[in-house]
Amino acid sequence: MSAPEAPVIRLRGLSRTFPGTVEVHALRPVELDVREGEFLAVVGPSGSGKSTLLNLLGLLDRPTAGTYELGGIDVAGLGERRRTAVRGHLIGFVFQSFQLLPYRTATENVELAQLYVARDARSRRLRAVEALRRVGLEHRLDALPPTMSGGERQRVAIARALVNRPRLLLCDEPTGNLDSRTSEIIMELFEELHRSGQTIVIITHDPAVAARAGRTLVMRDGELGSTAETPA
Amino acid sequence: MTRTKDEDRGLPPFSRLRLRDGLGEAIAGLVQRPGRSVLTMLGTVLGVGAFVAVLGLTSSATQQIGNAFTALTATTVTVQDRTPTDPSTTPVLSFPPDADERVQRLNGVAAAGVWWQLPLRSPSVGTRPAPPGESARARSVRLFAASPGALQAARPVVAAGTLYNQFHRGRAEQVCVLGAGAARLLGISRVDNQPVVFINSTPYSVVGIVSDVERLPDLLLGVMIPESTALRAYGPPRDSPARMLIGTDVGAARLIAHQAPLALRPDRPELLTAVPPPDPHGLRDEIDTSLSGLFLVLAGICLVIGAVGIANTTLVAVLERRGEIGLRRALGAGPRHIAAQFLTESTVLGTLGGLAGTAIGIGVVAVVALAQEWTAVINPYTVVVAPAVGSLTGLLAGLYPALRAARVEPLEALRT
Ligand SMILES: Nc1ncnc2c1ncn2[C@@H]1O[C@H](COP(=O)(O)OP(=O)(O)O)[C@@H](O)[C@H]1O
Ligand SMILES: [Mg+2]
Repeated sequence: MSAPEAPVIRLRGLSRTFPGTVEVHALRPVELDVREGEFLAVVGPSGSGKSTLLNLLGLLDRPTAGTYELGGIDVAGLGERRRTAVRGHLIGFVFQSFQLLPYRTATENVELAQLYVARDARSRRLRAVEALRRVGLEHRLDALPPTMSGGERQRVAIARALVNRPRLLLCDEPTGNLDSRTSEIIMELFEELHRSGQTIVIITHDPAVAARAGRTLVMRDGELGSTAETPA
Repeated sequence: MTRTKDEDRGLPPFSRLRLRDGLGEAIAGLVQRPGRSVLTMLGTVLGVGAFVAVLGLTSSATQQIGNAFTALTATTVTVQDRTPTDPSTTPVLSFPPDADERVQRLNGVAAAGVWWQLPLRSPSVGTRPAPPGESARARSVRLFAASPGALQAARPVVAAGTLYNQFHRGRAEQVCVLGAGAARLLGISRVDNQPVVFINSTPYSVVGIVSDVERLPDLLLGVMIPESTALRAYGPPRDSPARMLIGTDVGAARLIAHQAPLALRPDRPELLTAVPPPDPHGLRDEIDTSLSGLFLVLAGICLVIGAVGIANTTLVAVLERRGEIGLRRALGAGPRHIAAQFLTESTVLGTLGGLAGTAIGIGVVAVVALAQEWTAVINPYTVVVAPAVGSLTGLLAGLYPALRAARVEPLEALRT
């Protein structure tokens, strides 16, 4: 068991280089600790390596060098099958393009995240409804994504990310496809999750969005720089 | 236990997909595009349907032969006199006088007797001793010499009176038995008033009328007299050879056919030919191998086309749903779960195609059987195996697409 004070994320010299005729140092060696319950924003211009960092955090990609401890587990050295399990149980993803299945209702989309932890159908349904209630969509349980607004769709995606009660919520430009008013609503939702103790890492190039986070890191040319702690 | 060790290290358990959930996901994937799914199944439907139809029609047709090939046919042996029937030479009868007894002594013989057509050219047959040609109605009446044993072997249904017997035969009495058709033509329906039939002015007392026979239906149009009487009055057969009709026990026919000529003429068995019933297995094999082989090949081609169709559609689905695959991988699905999902989709498609094909095949067999007035016969194994053939087709067709799906990189897929 990890001590309660141990960081959820601990990166030591983690880097990612894309090989090719010209090597791309998408992420230069980075040191980073993210504490339990922290709300961290990573900002930076396009192509600066934000997504590369997030994919490494979400075990969707493997680092070129360095170590990554998630909740006290050295996940950088795990085999693919174990990494898949960590993704399913410990990490929730929110994508810029929502990634909902268009032919499935809101509830079914949220249930999808519980398929691979082999939960039985009844508790899947109960948990999905609970998660949708948490994001304020209890009136849209049976709606199909194409009939929903962008904000509603992203809230379904957030419910899906939360339904397995992950240690870590990772969001890549979650408001990138939303207008500023809807962005507000989504960010308020993240703040609320943060208040309830959820650890969140969010990537954005919108300073207004970053301002909501407890801590903001700036990414430039693959380099994670100027750590600015803002009071929550 | 490794599990406890994992938990000590704080590791979550491996991802799992329940069988039911996997099936549910596959079906959901298929229902998304019902039109396409149905089209994809078409080849399998045709292939399996053709299989079931060919097998069902073959077995129905075989059963038909089986029906016609009753126990009766299988227990009938005919022995024929091979002595050439040349009008220029003096006719001889190769059957000995005690032919019936010789054959009836053999094990497995139920009844046996000699019969032939009376050697009379344009005889006059009537109920009165009239001049020739008087009774026009009776022209189609045929005249037979038939031993009492032959009458028995024909398995007659006696409508009135009795059959003549060894007593009549021994004394070469002038008696006759009428077939139902002959009786009608002659206007005789009862025997209690002692009717008489004249053949060329020779009177024969009618002792009985036979309404039906199981063997030798020719007798129904005939006037039958004992063969001893016939030999004495008209001599041996001339235009058509004498024959012996033997009814055997079930399964004894071929053996009796083998033994009869020797039992009848131990001195010159070559004078007689025995004709056993046809071998039922030979008949069935003939039907099985003729057309059905070709149709089974066509059905096989349909199945291959069906498999290619399913493989193609599933591959397209994999390419179309790369985003979904990436998402599932992010949600904790391993490559094996992704592969299982698409493999299940193709297998379900194949199974549904197989079921539909089976139903259609059965329908075709039923319709053809109805039209041909056959009994529809479908082997129960066919009904079980045919959908399984569909499943197997789908499973094989899904292998490559499933492999492709498992190899989709989650990052690539999510970027779109
Ligand atoms: N799979 C890849 N292969 C090669 N280069 C890549 C790949 N993914 C990202 N990059 C490069 O790495 C750099 C960082 O990209 P990314 O992390 O997506 O930036 P951001 O999300 O901040 O816009 C960019 O120069 C990009 O072109
Ligand atoms: Mg990005």
